[in-house]
Amino acid sequence: MLPGAGDDPRGELVRPYAVTRGRTEPTRDIAIEAILVTTARGVQEAPFAGRHKQLIAQLCSNSPLSLAEISSHLRVPIGVARVLVADMAAEGLLAVYQQSEEEENQGERIEMLERILGALQRL
Amino acid sequence: MHSSDYRYPLDPDPTRIRAAKIVIAGGFGVGKTTLVGAVSEIEPLTTEAVMTSAGTEHDDLSGVPDKTTTTVAMDFGRITVAPDLILYLFGAPGQTRFWFMWDQLQRGAIGAVVLADVRRLPDSFASIDFFENRQVPYLVAVNCFDGAPVYPEADLREALTIPPHVPVLLCDARDRESAKSVLIGLVRHVIDLHQRGVPVGLR
Repeated sequence: MLPGAGDDPRGELVRPYAVTRGRTEPTRDIAIEAILVTTARGVQEAPFAGRHKQLIAQLCSNSPLSLAEISSHLRVPIGVARVLVADMAAEGLLAVYQQSEEEENQGERIEMLERILGALQRL
Repeated sequence: MHSSDYRYPLDPDPTRIRAAKIVIAGGFGVGKTTLVGAVSEIEPLTTEAVMTSAGTEHDDLSGVPDKTTTTVAMDFGRITVAPDLILYLFGAPGQTRFWFMWDQLQRGAIGAVVLADVRRLPDSFASIDFFENRQVPYLVAVNCFDGAPVYPEADLREALTIPPHVPVLLCDARDRESAKSVLIGLVRHVIDLHQRGVPVGLR
């Protein structure tokens, strides 16, 4: 959560897309569950990239997080988080991973499903 | 020192990490977040999407003061299967006016759980139609609230006009074992569809 954002029950007194300077279109499409990991370059350069990007870089260097989690932790709408994350990916600060259906064969898909099944059974 | 001499604490290969997701759908107040919370390793988190009256998430809001905006909240949870595989459970917003989010949610999903309340069965019709039309694999889990009448599966199937190939389960969304069995049932169903060569998803 951003410093100050959680202290005021009214939330941040900033219009949602102000943090993206009014841009609503991300430079690339990023799925809500896409996994984000801060790159070595991100660790080095994000401290100078503004507080939202700095915070994203911090969050995603501790453990891989999804776009949805970033949106939630920053308390910004998913569309705003998507614009910020797409910028950071373009700047080489974040690695974004999302599976494309076309890249995956059925054997890989079933293997993944069986791993999930095993994990659910062990819960 | 040359910058390449630095060793960073994390220099990951993200192509080795992947996410999977399951959509939890159903009418408003049917217990979607409860089910997510029963199995999630984190307290369910909330994310929001902003929609304008034009009905798209990415609509330009600048310079149009009279345009109405709607914020839709979605709760989600997480189960770390392994360091390289994370499963997310997304509760789909119940009201039909929020269906702009559903396309985003179902894209690439393993499948969906339609949570139904026996006292308000018609609330789940819209969800069932949505996943049928998109060929998203799903099952129907009837949440048995305290004091709610318990009907045989055949009666529920008929009342909801659920096709024979779709599994129907009874559950208690508050109960971890019960919620687990719903998700296990869905994943087994999807594996079965793949193994039988049934086309899964239009996407």
